[in-house]
Amino acid sequence: MAHVPFEYGLYLAAALFLVGLVGVLVRRNLIFVLASIEIMLNASGLAFVVAGSRWGQPDGQVMFVFILAMAAAEVAVGLALALLFRRAFGSLDIDKADRMRG
Amino acid sequence: MTVVFYIAGAIALLSTLLVVTRRNTIHALLYLVVSLLAVAVVFYTLGAPFVAALEVIVYAGAIIVLFLFTVMLLNVGREAEGDESHRLRAASFLGPGLLAAALLAELAVAIASGPSAQVGARAVAPRTVGIALYGPYAIGVELASTLLLAALIGARHLGQRQREQGFADLAPADAVAPASGGPAPALVAIGAPGRSPTGGATSATGGATVGEATPQAPHDTPAPRTTRFWRKDDD
Repeated sequence: MAHVPFEYGLYLAAALFLVGLVGVLVRRNLIFVLASIEIMLNASGLAFVVAGSRWGQPDGQVMFVFILAMAAAEVAVGLALALLFRRAFGSLDIDKADRMRG
Repeated sequence: MTVVFYIAGAIALLSTLLVVTRRNTIHALLYLVVSLLAVAVVFYTLGAPFVAALEVIVYAGAIIVLFLFTVMLLNVGREAEGDESHRLRAASFLGPGLLAAALLAELAVAIASGPSAQVGARAVAPRTVGIALYGPYAIGVELASTLLLAALIGARHLGQRQREQGFADLAPADAVAPASGGPAPALVAIGAPGRSPTGGATSATGGATVGEATPQAPHDTPAPRTTRFWRKDDD
């Protein structure tokens, strides 16, 4: 097993999370926005696993399993909405849906 | 194993940056696979083999395949790149990148000010994780299964509306049952021009706001449309 300082795992998780955040802020394609959200969820799961490994307890991995279930649920509904979005607007540009109630 | 952690972390960071900056959707999703596999290696080196396997199977397997299926269903290609190409300059990354870098610096200071410790000294076996999942976290497992069921029903419902619309396009107008939502139920959600319940006239306001992507509803259907959630009030 690796012997790395606890902080380096958290640095990696924070960097991955912020790269995902930049993706959500910059990209306008709905598929990219959903993928960036997946990156952010994965990074938060990495932070949980690092913390669980720091104490040698299984709780971090349990939380990762829950995050995994939530990410799967989110991506299923999100991609179904992407199909409807494309059908309604003819594009995946989320700026085309910038007003409420059409 | 220590050097494996650093290499895998660098690969994860690099490929995630490539995901965010690519224009081609398929290329970005394949880089996302690389990123998730690298994170799985990081999990393994940190002594969490169970979630490393889950990361490969569920994330890199199921979720990315779902993304790829959707991209192929949508058939997005050149036109989606063209939509974004004028926005994806280096300058558009400047503002969010600077803000994220400032946040990262703050997080790094906060992490570095805490007590230091070694990580990954011993592995947590899958057996231990399973005992924790079905012992103290059993209610969480039940809630996660409920969430997955809700997502399943929700995704099926959204797909159902789309399929009914396809049937409504094919069938003659009076053969469509009113309960099926009438023509173009998916468009109603975003404010397509709707017919009034009594007459056949299309509303004049809906089409102008959405733009050219909104088709006109047919005029000659006498059946009243029963929209479930998204009735426009200004019909």
